[in-house]
Amino acid sequence: MRSSNRKALFGLTLFLILFPVVAMNVSAIGHYLDVMIFVGIYCLINMGLSLLMGYAGQISLGHAAFFGLGAYTSGILCTKLSMSPWLAMIAGVGITALVAYIVGVPSLKLKGHYLAMATLGFGVIVHIFFNEEVSLTGGPSGFSDIPGLSILGFSLDNDLSYYILVWSLVVLTLIFSLNVIHSRIGRALRSLHDSQVAADAMGVETSRYKVMIFVLSAMYASIAGSLYTHYVGFLSPSSFDLFLSIKLVMMVVVGGMHNIWGALLGTWLLTFLGNEWLHVFHDFDILVYGAILLAVVMFLPDGLVHLVPRVSRVWKRG
Amino acid sequence: MTKITLTGQLVQYLFTGVTVGSIYAMVAVGFNIIYNVTDIINFAQGEFVMLGGLIMVFFTVTAKLPLPLAFVLTIAAVTAVGALMERFTINPLKNASVLTMIIVTIAVSILFKGIAMFVWGKDPYIFPPFSGSKPLFIYGAAIQTQTLWVLLMTAVMVVLMTIFFKKTRYGKAMLACADNPEAARLVGIKVNTMILISFALSAAIGAVAGAVITPISLMEYDRGALLALKGFGAAVLGGLGSFYGAVVAGVLLGIIESMCAGLVSSGYKDAVALILLLLVLYVRPSGLFGNVEASKIKEF
Repeated sequence: MRSSNRKALFGLTLFLILFPVVAMNVSAIGHYLDVMIFVGIYCLINMGLSLLMGYAGQISLGHAAFFGLGAYTSGILCTKLSMSPWLAMIAGVGITALVAYIVGVPSLKLKGHYLAMATLGFGVIVHIFFNEEVSLTGGPSGFSDIPGLSILGFSLDNDLSYYILVWSLVVLTLIFSLNVIHSRIGRALRSLHDSQVAADAMGVETSRYKVMIFVLSAMYASIAGSLYTHYVGFLSPSSFDLFLSIKLVMMVVVGGMHNIWGALLGTWLLTFLGNEWLHVFHDFDILVYGAILLAVVMFLPDGLVHLVPRVSRVWKRG
Repeated sequence: MTKITLTGQLVQYLFTGVTVGSIYAMVAVGFNIIYNVTDIINFAQGEFVMLGGLIMVFFTVTAKLPLPLAFVLTIAAVTAVGALMERFTINPLKNASVLTMIIVTIAVSILFKGIAMFVWGKDPYIFPPFSGSKPLFIYGAAIQTQTLWVLLMTAVMVVLMTIFFKKTRYGKAMLACADNPEAARLVGIKVNTMILISFALSAAIGAVAGAVITPISLMEYDRGALLALKGFGAAVLGGLGSFYGAVVAGVLLGIIESMCAGLVSSGYKDAVALILLLLVLYVRPSGLFGNVEASKIKEF
């Protein structure tokens, strides 16, 4: 692992350890722990999206569907079949990976606009499925009473324990993803981003790597979905709609899609904006989202993470 | 009260399908206009339809203007929106990657949606049909007169656009930009202007679609995305770039959707068009009427 990544990882871990200590002692931001759990869940999805968009140069406007597949599989297996939540989570990952593979193989033959539309269409179809299969999913009103998670008999029913679980998984996934980026696969992906023709000519099996990373990103989203289900305890299709897919892409782009740290930064910023800081705008948050996304793409195409080295340079100069 | 017969029902579904399909067709033609000139797929295309409908409501119901005037003003307003979109978002981003272009048009679509919600709220709106709300009866099916307006307007728009692109200097110049912008610039075509016109025209046809459909299906701020998806389905099914293909595919899509809603399951009616879109993309991305040979050199 590169030293810059090691430093950033150290900083992140320090922040994650200090955050609950501060949040739990300052009552004004006491509920930030809850928001941070959602940040962690979306970070899991967006690390996958970042690999797919920033490193492989492919877009997906349907990742809410994979998130939803994980969530619903967990929810349904735990309530209807009383399966152990951890087994259900693994089953969810399996099902999602299978669906992602089936959709991914033909979809990733497409490029650019066509791929975007195909994934968008897929996401909407899955959302309709959640709405219509009432006997399975509870339809538009969803279903509740989904049990929480526990580890070795220790139940994770308070925010702090769930925070630790979610963010441990995020850090592990981050380390895994950084290793993917700096592996043979990562190099192949980047070559693909620059020029698929050149990559093909050098003997890189582009289509195989594209599908591989697509399936991997869907698996991340599925784990995130299961974590979401057990934390919220309630599922309805509106949590997995088209706008979520777009918001996920937005988080990655705003943070900076060519850098996995950007995905984390963007997710953190937009989740806090959406859950906390945009309440003044009530329903008009969508207007703010549009403006932020447009401004970043137009004036800061590398995302906010691109500002970090500049800021730190100014800092050091003092 | 007339008895509802099976034929009556089928005719009813057919007309509903053709009506909705005409709207998909106009959205698809809108996609094609911009695609033909710039190779960009404008994800905000559905938003033009939404804006057309809601601005028409503003001019007829709120401002109480006479219908023809309101219609013209609506088209002018949305055309201006399309032109502004091009000037402020597409034009400054020359030579950006496809991924960036997709994200920019998505950002604009979210922005339009947000503005519409800010102005009109979340409620659906309607204004009275162009020529009264008394239906016509054909084979036991009740057909709204507005349906005929939709069909007429679709036909007019498609014929006008075809004449524009095939016969006029501007139209031909715009097509040249799509083939090779460098070469077009060398022979003295102002590529920037042509791109601007393509966005304006595409917004105009979206406005027409929104203005004629609102008396039938109502209009609210969040209609754009699904309209864009289905319109794109029609554009791909008909072969991206082809106007007549778009019309045939749009109407076909509308009829399939309406038959499915009436005879099979209304909940899955939106899924049908999208599954069809995926199948076409996977199996035959050149579309039903597109040229397979020509499509091989395109980037799908």
